[in-house]
Amino acid sequence: MDGMGPYDPTVDFPEGPAIAEIAADGNVKPWRPLHVSRRNFLRGVVCSGIVIGGSSYLFSTATPARADVRGVERMMSLTVNGKTRRVDVAPNETLGYTIRYRLGLTGTKIGCNQAECGACTVMADGRTIYSCSTLTHRMRGINIVTVEGIAAPDGTLHPVQRAFIEEIGPQCGFCTPGQVVAAVALLNSNPNPTEAEARVAMSGNLCRCGAYDHYMRGIMKAAREG
Amino acid sequence: MSDVMHNFELYQPNSLQGAADLLDEFDDAWIIAGAKDSLGWFKDRVKQPAVVVDLGGIPELAGIEPTDDGGVYIGAATTLTDVSESTLVKERFQILSVAASNVASPQIRNSGTIGGNISQDTRCVYYRDGFPCYRAGGNTCYANTPTAMNREHALFEVSRCVAVTPSDTAPAMVALGAIMIIRRDGEEMEVPASEYFIGPEIDITRMTVLEPGDILLGIRIPGEWANARHYFEKIADRNTWDFALVSVTMVAKVAGGAIGDVAMVCGGVQCTPRRLTEVEDVIRGEVPGPEMENLVRRVASRGAKPLNFNHFKVPLMENLAARAVRSLA
Ligand SMILES: Cc1cc2nc3c(=O)[nH]c(=O)nc-3n(C[C@H](O)[C@H](O)[C@H](O)COP(=O)(O)OP(=O)(O)OC[C@H]3O[C@@H](n4cnc5c(N)ncnc54)[C@H](O)[C@@H]3O)c2cc1C
Ligand code: SF4
Ligand code: FES
Ligand code: FES
Repeated sequence: MDGMGPYDPTVDFPEGPAIAEIAADGNVKPWRPLHVSRRNFLRGVVCSGIVIGGSSYLFSTATPARADVRGVERMMSLTVNGKTRRVDVAPNETLGYTIRYRLGLTGTKIGCNQAECGACTVMADGRTIYSCSTLTHRMRGINIVTVEGIAAPDGTLHPVQRAFIEEIGPQCGFCTPGQVVAAVALLNSNPNPTEAEARVAMSGNLCRCGAYDHYMRGIMKAAREG
Repeated sequence: MSDVMHNFELYQPNSLQGAADLLDEFDDAWIIAGAKDSLGWFKDRVKQPAVVVDLGGIPELAGIEPTDDGGVYIGAATTLTDVSESTLVKERFQILSVAASNVASPQIRNSGTIGGNISQDTRCVYYRDGFPCYRAGGNTCYANTPTAMNREHALFEVSRCVAVTPSDTAPAMVALGAIMIIRRDGEEMEVPASEYFIGPEIDITRMTVLEPGDILLGIRIPGEWANARHYFEKIADRNTWDFALVSVTMVAKVAGGAIGDVAMVCGGVQCTPRRLTEVEDVIRGEVPGPEMENLVRRVASRGAKPLNFNHFKVPLMENLAARAVRSLA
């Protein structure tokens, strides 16, 4: 079929004719990008699929995307686990990166980095969110709680943490910080959940080891023994 | 493939006027509300807008209020959790609460917005992966070829593009006759849900009437269907995260055992939510029962044109329509 060769993202696709054809079609409005200028869109297509590695890349001293444009101030106040700190945050930085790599709170894990696993779960004003898919600048004036902020300041574990240990919740442990935060958020808003309610509340946290029932037993135990 | 996002300038206006001014100034600005759809595009580096305008800090865009006609007004940037947990929404339009609670996962509902949910782009894997298909401004459809993986794609109203509406709340908007309130060029305009969602024959590069620079302010749901009987069922590969393969949303008024006015809408079968008018015509004024279910099964998918791998959607759709009707018995 025409145009069905293997797709090579490094090769630009021809500009013009196809788009003019569509525009000429009486039923269709002239081609118009959804939100993106054509220039940016093409750049997007050309870049996609190229692996860019190296962590220095993460915090490149951001060349602004466009020289004539200035948005948010990078320096911002961020409140994590009750402490407010001034942090230098890039406009395109996610909360997960800020927490781990600027604040050094590496309890929060990045699993999928695309809102599909829950390893990065933190609380924002008491509600669970995926820190991998939240812009840090959105968190101004919001109280963030990570897994490091769950135990009491003197180190006494939260009932959820104790119950997860007793019920051998974690297997490999990678999903555990997210499971802990999600479970604590649940019990904060609903101290005596039914198992069905708990399963819904925990449904945004994957466990590749399949330790769901262990975690569930832990949550029900923490609720009972709170 | 997910990666670090491209560099962009982020604006966080705290007023509607501020947002409108920014959108005027930068014609390539991209709006984010909960950003759950948008960050996917950016991380995959398929869309790289230079300017991003965050509507999250504009107070008048969030919140739910009763309206005089017994309906509700929902600000576009209200989170899906707030919509699904709102007692007002539950009291008047429980179907919307149920639909919102079926979106994605709890964490996504806690930050994703109702406005973003009904304005999100399609999930066609080829398009999302950056293939230069029709929808992306190119000249072919990668999903409609003999070897393409198209089990998620459309059965109806195909026009070059075979992508489907991904939203779980969009069908409820159509069923409830919701009115979208949009700000364009400083003026407010109202668009009924049935016209808000557009198919490829109108514009292959967009899913809604929203044009660059437009702001969806909110959604007004008229009182007409308040307290109506309702049915929602979403079939997806997993109950969390996955988009509907087919979903059915129905509101109905039942009096003396017979079905009065009814609206039934399917998601996941067409580029826009598909209103099942033939089913509605068959059941209006009739008493539900096994006979009616059989009839509904026969007409529900009339006109479907399955692609290579989505034939299963035909019986799925028929059964969902029949189950919706059974719930009224
Ligand atoms: C892993 C995953 C699973 C998902 N599963 C589902 C699912 O099962 N069902 C489902 O329905 N959805 C699902 N989604 C899709 C979607 O991200 C969420 O439904 C969410 O509601 C989108 O809202 P948002 O505010 O986060 O979107 P945003 O990304 O902020 O916005 C989405 C689009 O709408 C535009 N927009 C948003 N608000 C406005 C406004 N006020 N005015 C003008 N334009 C606006 C944005 O410019 C953007 O193009 C899923 C997403 C992910 C990442
Ligand atoms: S179905 Fe639509 S979005 Fe998907 S490849 Fe075809 S034209 Fe593109
Ligand atoms: S890392 Fe955030 S959801 Fe997977
Ligand atoms: S314990 Fe290994 S992923 Fe959950």
